[in-house]
Amino acid sequence: MLALIPLFPLLGFLINALVGRRLPKTVSGSVASAVMVASFVVSAMSVWQLAALPPAERVLEQTLYTWIASGDFQLDLTFRVDALSAVMILVVSGIGSLIHIYSTAYMHDEIDSEYARYFSYLNLFAAFMLVLVLGANFVVLFVGWEGVGLCSYLLIGFWFKKRSASDAGKKAFVVNRIGDYAFILGTLLIVTRFGTLDFLRLAEAVGPMAVEEGVFGVISIATLLLFIGATGKSAQIPLYTWLPDAMEGPTPVSALIHAATMVTAGVYMIGRNAVLFSHAPETMLIVAVIGAATALFAGTIGLVQNDIKRVLAYSTVSQLGLMFLAMGVGAFGAGIFHLYTHAFFKALLFLGSGAVIHALAGEQDIRNMGGLKRYLPVTYWTFLIGSLAIAGVPFLSGFFSKDEILYETFHEGHTILWLVAAITSLLTATYMFRLVFLTFHGERRHDAPAPAHQEDEESAHGAPAHHDHLHDAPPAMALVLIVLAVGSVLAGYVGVPHALGGHNALSSWLAPAFLPGTGPADAVLPAEEAALELTLMGVSSLIALAGIGLAAFIWLTRRELAARLAHAWSGVYTLLLNKYYVDEIYDAVIVRPTVRISQDGLWRGFDVRVVDAVVNGFGSVVDASAAVLRRLQTGSVRAYAGSLFIGVVMILGYYLWR
Amino acid sequence: MFNSSFDAVVPMLCVVLAALASMGAEAFRAKDEEMPIGGLGIVGLAGAGISSGLLWNRNAASFGVLVADNFALFVTLTLVIVGILTIMFSSQVLRRDQLPKGEYYALLLFSLVGMIMMAMANDLLIVFIALETLSLSVYVLTGIRRDDPKATEAAFKYFLLGAFSSAFFLYGIAFTYGLTGTTRLDQVGAYLAAQSMSDNPLILVALGLLLVGFAFKISAVPFHMWTPDAYEGAPAIVSGFMSTGVKAAAFAAFARVFLSSFEPFSADWAPIVWILAALTMILGTVVGVAQSNLKRMLAYSSIAHGGYLLVGLVAANQVGKAAILFYLLAYAVTNLAAFGVIALLSSREKETDELRDFAGLWHTHPALAALMTVCLLSLGGLPPTVGFIGKWYIFSAAVSAGYYGLAVIGVLTSVISVFFYLRVVVMMYMADRDASAPVPSQVTGLGMVALAASIVAIIYLGILPTPVLDLAAESIATIF
Repeated sequence: MLALIPLFPLLGFLINALVGRRLPKTVSGSVASAVMVASFVVSAMSVWQLAALPPAERVLEQTLYTWIASGDFQLDLTFRVDALSAVMILVVSGIGSLIHIYSTAYMHDEIDSEYARYFSYLNLFAAFMLVLVLGANFVVLFVGWEGVGLCSYLLIGFWFKKRSASDAGKKAFVVNRIGDYAFILGTLLIVTRFGTLDFLRLAEAVGPMAVEEGVFGVISIATLLLFIGATGKSAQIPLYTWLPDAMEGPTPVSALIHAATMVTAGVYMIGRNAVLFSHAPETMLIVAVIGAATALFAGTIGLVQNDIKRVLAYSTVSQLGLMFLAMGVGAFGAGIFHLYTHAFFKALLFLGSGAVIHALAGEQDIRNMGGLKRYLPVTYWTFLIGSLAIAGVPFLSGFFSKDEILYETFHEGHTILWLVAAITSLLTATYMFRLVFLTFHGERRHDAPAPAHQEDEESAHGAPAHHDHLHDAPPAMALVLIVLAVGSVLAGYVGVPHALGGHNALSSWLAPAFLPGTGPADAVLPAEEAALELTLMGVSSLIALAGIGLAAFIWLTRRELAARLAHAWSGVYTLLLNKYYVDEIYDAVIVRPTVRISQDGLWRGFDVRVVDAVVNGFGSVVDASAAVLRRLQTGSVRAYAGSLFIGVVMILGYYLWR
Repeated sequence: MFNSSFDAVVPMLCVVLAALASMGAEAFRAKDEEMPIGGLGIVGLAGAGISSGLLWNRNAASFGVLVADNFALFVTLTLVIVGILTIMFSSQVLRRDQLPKGEYYALLLFSLVGMIMMAMANDLLIVFIALETLSLSVYVLTGIRRDDPKATEAAFKYFLLGAFSSAFFLYGIAFTYGLTGTTRLDQVGAYLAAQSMSDNPLILVALGLLLVGFAFKISAVPFHMWTPDAYEGAPAIVSGFMSTGVKAAAFAAFARVFLSSFEPFSADWAPIVWILAALTMILGTVVGVAQSNLKRMLAYSSIAHGGYLLVGLVAANQVGKAAILFYLLAYAVTNLAAFGVIALLSSREKETDELRDFAGLWHTHPALAALMTVCLLSLGGLPPTVGFIGKWYIFSAAVSAGYYGLAVIGVLTSVISVFFYLRVVVMMYMADRDASAPVPSQVTGLGMVALAASIVAIIYLGILPTPVLDLAAESIATIF
């Protein structure tokens, strides 16, 4: 039955890819959404079945067949649902269904064939993402890992007529290849060292081994390589640069792929290999530090960006950083909890921003928005709920998950990292409410002359040039926003901490997945720890409220203060606005030298292309025989023979004089 | 007269007869008569395939110099597949470009005879004869478009350099004979194993010279220079045939000579092949990135793929040897299909081989664009295609044999290589067609069937590789 979960979206992909061009939009959109809902239903049934088992045995498996067998090494095509993948399949198919439904309205201005192309990519993405989280070994996971990357690439560049979109796609691709390279090497290292790639077998093999305390051994290297892979997929330092650019894709894609699902794959992968990572404390520390650093770094950039989607993108990078921080301090449950709540409110925020962009016919600059509260009530209220949730305001979903990360970090003794995370929370609340206030409150500013890129977006949308009146999200979009808003409020209640009299159900549900074969974590919390947790909770609530208050003070009441601050701190402001110039540095230090070596060095220099270029210059010579003679006289054959001869001399020289 | 010592010749004989029949048919056909000459070739190749199947597990040997062991038969079957697909792709191309059918098919079949002979050769002189048989046919095929100066130039370059490298190869044979008194591979192997010759530098000279001959044919760096020119100049379908058939045959002989006869000297040749493999992978990939002509890009790609095969040769454990066979098959089907797409889209006036020719192909030829995408993903080694399985095998063989460096280089280059394969995909799906450019030809009939069959194979072998992998492992286990 598990195989059905990815097969449904795959079926949708095949239908839309093969005959979608000839189908009307309603049909192709409905097919794409229906297969996702079907997949969600099967997922829910599987999880139901899983929950009926005693906690220590909560594993469902389906082995389709043996995929690769060589010698004593065997690799099965196996899907497995345990507590961790259960959460993931529900998130992917559930949020995925909602975003498919939302897209049917959002993409409605596309022509039929483009519409079908969009949905075929989106379905294919969902299929690969489900393979990723269901795969029982590294290779099946890798199939999904590469597949989602490919779909993400195609979807970022979906509006390829915009040059920035195709460039962004290319960038995402190149950056991810670096991560993938490390990931494959890590996988190869694991298979040679442990002889298995199955996650459960691997955990069993690693379990009894010594923890690499203070040494950087094989496990540390392997986990570090895997983590580098994760930094690519999940947009962490140093490989995060592609994600903000990925916002060139259609907004529902940003919500699904670049906020709720694909970018969390790295976090999931670490959780999947919790036992392995636990044996490499050195790597864990690196994970935690990188996570915290990314969280802070991206949070500061998010504070000054003016593109609504870019603010959300940096926010995603920052929140992913918090998840990695949780993983790094060993609080795997907390990291996955935040992944799960984040999927709700970040999808909500992106889709809300999509509704704004849709209403304003492509406008994305928040400086040209304002006062939208009155015109887009559904969008406003849902967006506000999402913002409250991500800011960590008490008793919304983000509060519980973020608080658990902060508490665990402090509890594990990482006081500095806790401080960084706390500052990040302050930043989060501030930049989110800056967004809310600038977009929805104050004066209406969108009649101001539009910047140039608006027209691009419009023509890409194929939308009419001017909307006379603003309209709120159409029904399909509004429905999805409301469902997600409800989710953003309630999702956290599966993990109410013991300190607040809850049972932290999610944490004990997940525990067996991080330490296979055990029951749920013990549920007793000493009184002094409860007190500590309550204190920290109070602190982080205050931080959230302070952040919102700060934003309200600056952008709601004293708008000119923002400009004054930017002026007074113009150095810092420029640095942040230009995202610390990281793109420029990468370009100068890595990209350009590489291109030069490849094109001018190896190809033109080493590969005798100079000669060939001369030869090709004669391409239009009419007299064939004369042309042939001339070509031969340019010496390329001599050069080729020379290279061959040098090869011979070197080989024989090696043998005779070594 | 069919006694057992004749058995091993049968597959070759089928193809020879088909080739002779093609020549006869061309000679005796009326001026405007249409003859299904390609069909003769398919019948002959089918005969070769069936007889290979019948010979399976029988270890037939003819006259001591040809052996039809399972290794040779696996390669023969690969070549039969290459041959049949090539003929199917060619039918439309020949009609469109008005190329001489009879000569074309006869040359194609004769070169296949040489390739099969090379896979079965158990004597260095037979290897040489096979090499020349296939090379001479391929030189002519390269220049079969006689009115195209580029093709003629390519053929001439290829011929000159080929002759040059053959000389080295022949010299290597002479040295081997001088030292061991025989050219039979089994006897050379036995002699080298029995005698301690490691102090005699001349055997290393022989080894090195043979290595050069093979390295040229499989386009290993720095013996690869002819490849981009030849592939770019030849008609696309011939490039596809060369890049797969010639490589498969040359690798078969390479593996047999170095893994059986010169096995005692593996400590001497492995470091050299290590370096060749590394150089080949790196140069093929890095230079491939800079190409804007698709045939040239695929030429560098096929150089890089030769590098991966060399990794399997260096690893030379059971996994590595089986991986070579599997990879040859995987690569042959995929690469031939990719060149097939180019060939089918081209017109008589112009080959559709520039990257920009593929812009917006999705709009004009949705099916072809999808098929090409699968080929390119497979060449890039992305799952779930056969290319992924092949690479997986090669690299895990390298890692389990302790060649971590090669595995690291191999993974790196294959990660980079995806960049240029995907660039074509991006062109097809995410670029607008140049309105002034001519619309590429429509593809019908056999070519489409061949393409569809290749794609089914690429995906099927990516999802269910085990039967073929077992076959590869089994066929190599019997001999080395």
